[in-house]
Amino acid sequence: MSSNGANGADRKYKWVGTRPIRHDGLDKVTGKANFGADLAFPDMLWGKLLRSPHAHANIKRVDFSKALKLDGVKAIVTSADLPELASVEAAEAGEGGGNYRDLSHNCLARGKVFYHGHAVAAVAATSQDIADQALALIEVEYEVLKPVLSIEEALAPGAPILHADLRTKGVKDSGKTNVAARVTFGKGDIEKGFAQADIVVERTYRTQTVHQGYIEPHAVVARTNADGQSVVWCCTQGAFMVRSYCAAVLGLDLSKLKVIPSEIGGGFGGKTTVYTEPLAVLLSRKTARPVKMVMSREDVFRATGPAGAAKIEIKLGAKRDGTLVAASSRLWYEAGGFPGSPVAAGAMTVFAPYDIPHVAIEGFDVVTTKPKTAAYRAPGAPQSAFATEQAMDELARELKLDPIDLRLKNAAKEGTLAPYGAKLGRVGFIETLEAAKNHPHYKAPLGPNQGRGIASGFWFNVGMQSSAEVHLAEDGTATVITGNPDIGGSRASMAICVAEELGIDVMKVRPLVGDTDTAGYCDLTGGSRVTFATGLACIEASRDIIQQLRQRAAMTFGCDVEQVDFLDGRCLPTKASGLDHPPLTVAQIAQHTVKTGGPINGRAQVNPRGAGPGFSTHLCDVQVDPETGRVDVLRYTAIQDAGKAVHPAYVEGQMQGGASQGIGWALNEEYVFDKNGVLENAGFLDYRMPVASDLPMIDTVVIEVPNPGHPYGVRGVGETPIVAPLACVANAVYAATGKRMTELPISPPRLLAALNG
Amino acid sequence: MAIVTIPPSLRALTGAERVTLAAANVAALLRALDSRYPGFGAALGPRFAVAIDGDIRNDADYEPLAADTEVTFLPPIAGG
Repeated sequence: MSSNGANGADRKYKWVGTRPIRHDGLDKVTGKANFGADLAFPDMLWGKLLRSPHAHANIKRVDFSKALKLDGVKAIVTSADLPELASVEAAEAGEGGGNYRDLSHNCLARGKVFYHGHAVAAVAATSQDIADQALALIEVEYEVLKPVLSIEEALAPGAPILHADLRTKGVKDSGKTNVAARVTFGKGDIEKGFAQADIVVERTYRTQTVHQGYIEPHAVVARTNADGQSVVWCCTQGAFMVRSYCAAVLGLDLSKLKVIPSEIGGGFGGKTTVYTEPLAVLLSRKTARPVKMVMSREDVFRATGPAGAAKIEIKLGAKRDGTLVAASSRLWYEAGGFPGSPVAAGAMTVFAPYDIPHVAIEGFDVVTTKPKTAAYRAPGAPQSAFATEQAMDELARELKLDPIDLRLKNAAKEGTLAPYGAKLGRVGFIETLEAAKNHPHYKAPLGPNQGRGIASGFWFNVGMQSSAEVHLAEDGTATVITGNPDIGGSRASMAICVAEELGIDVMKVRPLVGDTDTAGYCDLTGGSRVTFATGLACIEASRDIIQQLRQRAAMTFGCDVEQVDFLDGRCLPTKASGLDHPPLTVAQIAQHTVKTGGPINGRAQVNPRGAGPGFSTHLCDVQVDPETGRVDVLRYTAIQDAGKAVHPAYVEGQMQGGASQGIGWALNEEYVFDKNGVLENAGFLDYRMPVASDLPMIDTVVIEVPNPGHPYGVRGVGETPIVAPLACVANAVYAATGKRMTELPISPPRLLAALNG
Repeated sequence: MAIVTIPPSLRALTGAERVTLAAANVAALLRALDSRYPGFGAALGPRFAVAIDGDIRNDADYEPLAADTEVTFLPPIAGG
C-alpha cells in the first residue's frame, strides 16, 4: 500500500511534461533491439503445432507414432502430457475472467476442439521443415460437430452445446447452455424513469470479431538447464504472468521458471495470456534442448485472442430539455471457445459517461466456436460505446440540440454515482467536452457528402502491483529496474519520474526492464497502469534514495538528518539548522559512498489505490463516396484527460494509436468465417487494418485535470482513446448520409447497401 | 458504518439497494454481510473488485474502512 500524497497540481516540474528521446529509441530504429523471434541457440529445436481443421469436433484419436519415427523429430506432445487441472480462476485474469483449466485446454485441446486452428499436438524437431513433415504424419480422428458462429446460433433452441458442464453464472439452475455468465447493474427504478421521459430512442447495434493487429507475432524460446530450471524468452505484456501461467499449466513450481521478456512489437491486451509458451517449456524439458516456437501471421489470426463480436440493445429516455432520465441496455458478447468475454466491463461502461438516475443493464457472456477472446484495449468498452454514443447522437438530433451540449448537460462529474455502483472522484469529462466545443475543428466548414461526428469514451484505469529498484552509481547517474515490458515508451516515463525526484538529467537515468529473477514483482503492462503504478514505485524508490542521500549528507555536515533538505538534486542544511555548509550534489555524495556507509540503492513496492478514470471526446470528419460506399476520414481530433502527461509525446501517441485502431474497427476490420467456421481472411491482405495512407494526421488535445490519487496527478491513458472512435465515425457517416449504421464495419458494401436500401 | 451499494444480482438477498454495516476492513465487511445475509459471500463468488469511495481495487481485503465509507462490489477490472 502506498500513500500517494498531493497531486502536484501546483508543482513546478523540471522533467515531467518534457519530451526526451526514448532511451531504447536508437536500438529500435537501427534494428538492434531484440524481439521475440530474434534469439537463437546452436543446438536449438523448432517447435510447431498441429492445428484443428474443424471449428467444432470431438477428438477421437491422436496417433503420432509415424511422426515420431521421422529422422530429426525429438519430441511430440499432446494434452495427455499436461496435468489435468481443476477449474481454478487464473491469478491475473481481469474482466475476461478465465481459469487455468481452460487456459491449458486452449494451449492444447483435450478431447475437443473449439475453433478452427485450435492446437492439438506440438512437435519439436531439428528444423522447421522436419517439424512440418512430422505434423503431416500425425493422424487425428475427429467427430465433426456443427459449429456455433454467432450469438444468435449459440442462443437458439437446440443449439450445439460447446461445454457439457457449462452453467450460467448468475442464473439459478440454468441447465446446459452456451451462456457462461449473466451480469446485472443498475440503479433507481427503470420503469419510473422511462415513464418520466418525453422522448425515447431505442436500437440494436452489432460489432464483429476484430484482432488487435500487433505487428509482432508471438514468439518464444525455452531452454531447460541441467538443474531443471527452464528459462523462457518471449514477447509478452507480463513476464510474471507468463511465469505463473506456465507454472499452472505445467504443474511446476515458480522457482523452476525464469521468464525474460524480449522487446515487444505491440500487444494492446493480446499478449496478456499464453499460447505456445508452456508448450515450448514442455518440449525443452522433454528434449533437454532449447526449443523455439514462432507463430505465423495466420496462426496469430486463427489461434490467438481477438475481441469478440457483440450485440447491444440500447434504450435512452430524456426530457425535452435533454435531461436523461432513464437508460437500459442488454449486451451479449462472444467469448470464443471458452468462457470469459469482457461483457461485464462493457456493461459497466455502457452508460458510465453520463449521470442518469434510472438505469438497468444486463449482460451475457456467450461461447461460440471461434478463437478464445483476449483483452483488447479497454476490453468491452468500445463495443458498448458504439451503441450508447450513437444513441446520444440520435437523441440530440431528435431534440434539435447540439450533441456536445447534450453531453455537457448529462456529463458524469465528481460525485456522480456510476451505474456500476461507485461514485466518481475528480474527473475531466466536462473539460474534454468544452475543449471539443471550442476547438477549431468543431466549427470548420464541411463540403458535399461530408459529415462530422462526435463521441465520448470512458475507461476505469487500474493500479495493481508494481515494484521498482533504483541504483545510484558512483558518478551520480542512476539505473531504474522494473518488471514491466516497455510497450508504449514506459522506459522514458520511468526515467522521467526518477530524474524528477533525484534532480538529475533524465538521460543520466538508465531505465531497464528486468526478468522474473532480477526484478521485483510487477503485474502486467496493461490496463493503462504502468506510468501510474510502476511510475509511482519509481517515485517512491527515488524518495528512498533521497532519504539515504540526506543521511549521508548529515554525516558530512555533522548534523541530524532532519537538519538536511533535499532540493533540486542537492542536499543542503535547512534554514532552521543555522548551519553553513555548501550544498552537496547527488554526484558528490555518490562519489564518497564508500566512506559514508556503502552503496545507495532505493526500492519500493506498491499496490496503489487512486487510479483516476479517463474520459475522452473525439471529433471526426468523413467524406462518403455515394457511388462506392467508401468512407474517407478527412480530419480527426482526439481530446483526452491525461491527469498529468509525464511524457506528452507518448500520451499523444497513445491517443493517436487508439484512434487509428478504432477507425479500423469502425470502417474495415472483421473476421470473416465460412459456414464451417473457417476464418477466410487470416492475413493483413484480407484483414484490412488502416495504414498511414488511409488516415489523416490525428490531432490531439491533452487535457490535464490532476488525478488526486497520484503525486503528479497522473491518470492512465492507453485505453480510453479506443473507446470513442467506433461511434464517432458512425456518427460522422450519419451526418454525411442520413443513414444510421448500426452494424460494423461500415465497409463499402455495407454502406452502399444502406445507401441504396 | 460503511455504506454498501448492493449489486442488482445480490439485492434479492439483501432486499435493499444500499445497506449500512460496521466493519474495520473489507474482509470484515464481507463477513458481516454474509452473517446478516446468509449466502452473500457465495453468491458474490471468489473473483470481485471493490470500489471504496469510488476507487476500484481488485484485491482490497485489508483496506481499512472509515466511518461513512461508500463501498460496492463489482467484477474485476484489469484492462488490456
